Amino acid sequence: MQNKSLVSITDYSKAEYLKILDLAAEFEKNPNQEILKGKLVATLFFEPSTRTRLSFETAINRLGGRVIGFADVNSSSVTKGESLKDTIKMVTSYADLIVIRHPTEGAARYASEIATVPVINAGDGANQHPTQTLLDLYSIQKTQKTLENLNMFMIGDLKYGRTVHSLLMAMSYFNPTFYFISPDELKMPREYLIYLNQQKIKYYEYKEFMPIISEADIVYMTRVQKERFSDPIEYEKTKNAYVLRNSMLEHTRANMKILHPLPRVNEISLDVDENPKAYYFTQALNGVFVRQAIISSILGLNS
Amino acid sequence: MKDKQLIVSAIKNGTVIDHVPAKNLFKVITILNLDSIDTQITFGTNLESKKLGSKAIIKISDKYFLDEEINRIALVAPQAKLNIIRDYEVIEKRVVEVPDSIIGIVKCVNPMCITNQEEVKTKFSVISKDEVSLKCYYCEKITHQDQMTIYNVNSQY
Repeated sequence: MQNKSLVSITDYSKAEYLKILDLAAEFEKNPNQEILKGKLVATLFFEPSTRTRLSFETAINRLGGRVIGFADVNSSSVTKGESLKDTIKMVTSYADLIVIRHPTEGAARYASEIATVPVINAGDGANQHPTQTLLDLYSIQKTQKTLENLNMFMIGDLKYGRTVHSLLMAMSYFNPTFYFISPDELKMPREYLIYLNQQKIKYYEYKEFMPIISEADIVYMTRVQKERFSDPIEYEKTKNAYVLRNSMLEHTRANMKILHPLPRVNEISLDVDENPKAYYFTQALNGVFVRQAIISSILGLNS
Repeated sequence: MKDKQLIVSAIKNGTVIDHVPAKNLFKVITILNLDSIDTQITFGTNLESKKLGSKAIIKISDKYFLDEEINRIALVAPQAKLNIIRDYEVIEKRVVEVPDSIIGIVKCVNPMCITNQEEVKTKFSVISKDEVSLKCYYCEKITHQDQMTIYNVNSQY
């Protein structure tokens, strides 16, 4: 995968995923390795995302690399009307690697066509966010000791949530059983269900999770956002059906872990945070190790 | 309806495109860029057709198309038949075939796609050929046949 851009979760093979996860485990044991010394990484955030940017910049700094770039478009010449093409053409001659976040879908793919250095997609609108998916995989593997044959619960907004779509594609390599729990308005899109049928992967769709949550190995929570509902009354009726509370975890499996891409609003009650099954904050920290692994793999650096 | 034969007169050399759905005649003209061809072109539309109900036919003198050019019309005229004419004789018949990928021609259905925001030529892989569905190379969204907008050639980048 050396010199290969990471734009979409489908760009990498199963073997390449596993290689990154192994490497991430090495970085977790020994995070400070100066293998990126003398290298320059551009982080171009055309829309603000503090969490993702800090995670990337921490990864780069722990590898001894240096960062150029901007945290939002107001501090770049995009406000003067510069096109994405021109920005990338300029930056590609400065940096060894480009990390891009952009509100427009497909922007990272387009950037990878223009750039002469590899590009990592740090989120392009509602489309892809592959480093998030890899850190989700890492978190699942770390807590379950395997990625194979797991019961994956995905709860909340399954229609618009890009993280659940990418995770579904990535997990499909590992024979999971999916349980999709969402209101009717936010069900998993048909194209993904067709994909699962083609791959012969089992899935179930429910509107409530309480009767079945005892089967879960992984509970992946997402936000149900008010603006996704055409009918505000429907939102009021459904919003509390997708909130996880500590009392609901009583009869869940011992190995069960709760993941969330963060930021959370109210879909996980604060009383869950102290439960050892809550894993979302550690999950975020894992992002640094996984990004160290991705960057060093793409730049062909060995730890 | 004996007139049908007379409306569009025969050509000596060139290409006849038959069985074009009448409603898509002008899309075919756009896709093949026929308005920039300076040889003689005749067409008839709203002709009776058992297969299509209402069809159009286009006759282009002294012009022959490459497969990759002609296959682009498969998006709007999947049942089109081509007759290659030399000296008033049909020397070859061809059918159109939906290609595996489409570059340009179609607008991506997703308003948030980079191809609708900056000057980027669209690129699709064809994921279904019967009921044509296209997957955008950039935003990865699917554009279905009934959502397809064909670019005006002159507005292509």
